[in-house]
Amino acid sequence: MSQLRAKVQQVMNEPGCAANQAKPTDERKKGCNKLLAPGAAAGGCAFDGAKIALQPITDVAHLIHGPIACEGNSWDGRGSRSSASQLYRTSFTTNMNEQDIIFGGEKHLYKAIQEVVEKYNPAVVFVYQTCVPAMIGDDLEAVCKAAARKLGKPVVPVNVPGFVGSKNLGNKLAGEVLLDYVIGTEEPEETTPYDINIIGEYNLSGELWQVKPLLDELGIRILACISGDVKYHEIARSHRARAAMMVCSKALINVARKMEERYGIPFFEGSFYGIGDMSDSLRKIAQLLVDRGAPADLLNRTEIVIEREEARAWQRIAPYRPRLLGKRALLFTGGVKSWSVVAALQEAGLVLTGTSVKKSTPGDKERIKELVKDDAHMFDDLKPREMYRMLKEARADIMLSGGRTQFVALKAKMPWLDINQERHHAYAGYEGMVALVHEIDKALSNPIWEQIRRPAPWENAAMDDELAIRIA
Amino acid sequence: MAKVTVSQKHCTVNPLKMSQPIGAALAFMGVEGSMPLLHGSQGCTSFGLVLFVRHFREAIPMQTTAMSEVATVLGGFDNIEQAIVNIANRTDPRLIGICTTGVSEIKGDDVDGFLKQVRANHPELGHIALVAVSTPDFQGAFQNGWVAAVTRMVEDLVEVPLMETRFSRRVNVLPGCHLSPGDIDELRDIFEAFNLDPFFLPDLSGSLDGHIPAAFMPTTLGGISLENIRRMGSACWTVAIGEQMRGVAITLEHRTGVPYKLFERLTGLAANDDLIGFLSKISGMPVPRKIRRQRSQLLDAMLDGHFYFGGKKVAVAAEPDLLATLTHWLHEMGCQIQAAVTTTASPLLEDIPTDEVLIGDLEDYELRAAGADLIVTHSHGRQAAERLGIPFFRVGIPVFDRLGAGHQLTVGYRGTRDLIFTIGNLFLADNHEPTPATWLPPTQEANPLVSLHVS
Repeated sequence: MSQLRAKVQQVMNEPGCAANQAKPTDERKKGCNKLLAPGAAAGGCAFDGAKIALQPITDVAHLIHGPIACEGNSWDGRGSRSSASQLYRTSFTTNMNEQDIIFGGEKHLYKAIQEVVEKYNPAVVFVYQTCVPAMIGDDLEAVCKAAARKLGKPVVPVNVPGFVGSKNLGNKLAGEVLLDYVIGTEEPEETTPYDINIIGEYNLSGELWQVKPLLDELGIRILACISGDVKYHEIARSHRARAAMMVCSKALINVARKMEERYGIPFFEGSFYGIGDMSDSLRKIAQLLVDRGAPADLLNRTEIVIEREEARAWQRIAPYRPRLLGKRALLFTGGVKSWSVVAALQEAGLVLTGTSVKKSTPGDKERIKELVKDDAHMFDDLKPREMYRMLKEARADIMLSGGRTQFVALKAKMPWLDINQERHHAYAGYEGMVALVHEIDKALSNPIWEQIRRPAPWENAAMDDELAIRIA
Repeated sequence: MAKVTVSQKHCTVNPLKMSQPIGAALAFMGVEGSMPLLHGSQGCTSFGLVLFVRHFREAIPMQTTAMSEVATVLGGFDNIEQAIVNIANRTDPRLIGICTTGVSEIKGDDVDGFLKQVRANHPELGHIALVAVSTPDFQGAFQNGWVAAVTRMVEDLVEVPLMETRFSRRVNVLPGCHLSPGDIDELRDIFEAFNLDPFFLPDLSGSLDGHIPAAFMPTTLGGISLENIRRMGSACWTVAIGEQMRGVAITLEHRTGVPYKLFERLTGLAANDDLIGFLSKISGMPVPRKIRRQRSQLLDAMLDGHFYFGGKKVAVAAEPDLLATLTHWLHEMGCQIQAAVTTTASPLLEDIPTDEVLIGDLEDYELRAAGADLIVTHSHGRQAAERLGIPFFRVGIPVFDRLGAGHQLTVGYRGTRDLIFTIGNLFLADNHEPTPATWLPPTQEANPLVSLHVS
């Protein structure tokens, strides 16, 4: 456990984290261990975060050591897509019972690993620790080590019991697991000057595939996407990439930074959301690769693709602009970075009337301010009741948020679009932005809004009068 | 009839089962102005919350004591106290239903003792009912958590009547967790058709039926009121639905003297005849015309549907009461139960009309379901259904990849009739058209020359 404690401290004090670096020294040491408020908390635990970051590794058997709650209540819930193995969607758990609590769960866990290997022959087994076995002292690392030796297969301990912290912390601890046990353990068969890693992209709804064709066209190879539509061996060999892009800034910054430190892989922070951001990201990828020795013509070729794709996207968005111009949007999101979506909405002609900055870093907030000037409200922590009031008073035409607040909008009879991790549509790259605009238009122009906002005839006094007159 | 076996695997693959605390939380959601509170780490709540949001497509009130590692070691009193105060300030509930988890049970938190202390520290919260229930994740399943919470509500909230004053029209109804909000609505209609006044505990029909409230509610949108729970002792009868509710009905009877009648299931003709006969008897009313018509419609649906149900092999995986309900009914329609898999022990399992009932997971189920004509389980069966290429009827919790889970009907004449149509249509859609090779004698089938001619 002390080993875990040290890891948590280390991750908390992440030098790459802008929020942490902005703090005074003594506070910085404490890290970002924000105490969760009992009775007023929302969001997942560290185990949840670890699983989010690692489960998209598709040829891995993800085995959850814990009572049924941790896996039974949550499995098959995420839309991370795979182009090959579907093994990651099979759920494995030790389903601990009272016997395990009394006698310890280590033997049970060992036998479970053995069963998984014998029946499913995965590339590797990832074993996740949860609160209950952590409390009773099951030694996860020791069991994994013994199993790996006996079974002749990598067995990776993911020691992230839920109660060590938030989902975000779990993401980072999962990154540490990859750094400690996976990255750099194998060598690629061949390398090219065009090899990159994408870090913090989970291929939800297949978003990576909205970006990959353009990279393919430019001859840029994704050595590993950490973690989306990726195989174990690709991550094991990812240390030979020439450059990296970090997509979701807060989730796996430690992976990007430490890979730079250990293997000299430079990275930049970028986004695939929004036309401008997508172009910037392509440019930066090309620039980093050229800086590291790729032929300089890549820059030119990239510009040509950008020009072509931007033009094509604008052309496809143009018909929507008059329909969306001046429509007011509220944006509440944690998972997708606010500022990158803000830019995208403006491209489509929408006006932003408010956005959340709860999970944004000070840098993010500055960027949002630049983008929207002073005419939008930034909310740190808007209670659902307040959100409902804003919508009810029609201070917006549409709300974009995550599933958690979906029903606040819908019950206020307000168009709503899911832009969080559980969404069913892919919004990345040029393709994705056209899709987002299309979805916003679909939501706003649906004929149901007019119908459901109309009061029932018997609630309408004017109509009653009219009837009374006619009957008389 | 059936041999009950328990899967002996060390690794559960593709779980069928969910945990007790969220079953208990759902029971608390059938009370008006309620906020379920899971005493454990954040994830315990957020997983359950997401699951219910996806199933009901509704905002779900559910909170957490957000136990950290340190708090877990030191004990959870401060977290419970803070959580209750925060919930009271932010959402102004009538009831907070506290469910323990694996974390708090292993630590051994004395939650009942904690609540006494919270009461002493916060007299200003006296108007909020606090009900605590022990629901360790490492025992039982979803259904057990539901039962534990309802039992605790009866023990803590129902008033012991001072005098034997019973309202002749009032009936308590204790639905098992396998009934949907739509089922509760249907039952209310049936009871009211006999001029009876039913009190459902829990009542998901007001809270999770998917309606538009007039104002924003951070707690449940509806459900049975605390006042009505308190007055359950003044009913003439208690009707329990599903074997799981027998213990609750007995607890209620001991406490208040209200006699109970248990209906193991309300799907199928005979089962509903029992209910309607009973209601007619206790209400002293003849069976209303509307219900006679519904019965007649069910008979007709059975006649029309039996062609497609007869001889079909069906594999069912569900919690015990739902499993028993569906397998008995399918059997009555002429189906064979090829496989029956469930989550936890129950006296019902031995009577299920098949050879073996397995307490296991969806991996076991998938192996046993191969070659069936229909698979029946919750949405987690979708991968198995796809791999096996067998029509799939989604039932139970969670159903996250179809609309209307909250209104799926299985009870009453009308519910049974609709079930015949829905499942019958799945059989119809999977009709295998004959080809010239369909009726080849086995010898010719094996002969490559003949099959060459045919193709």
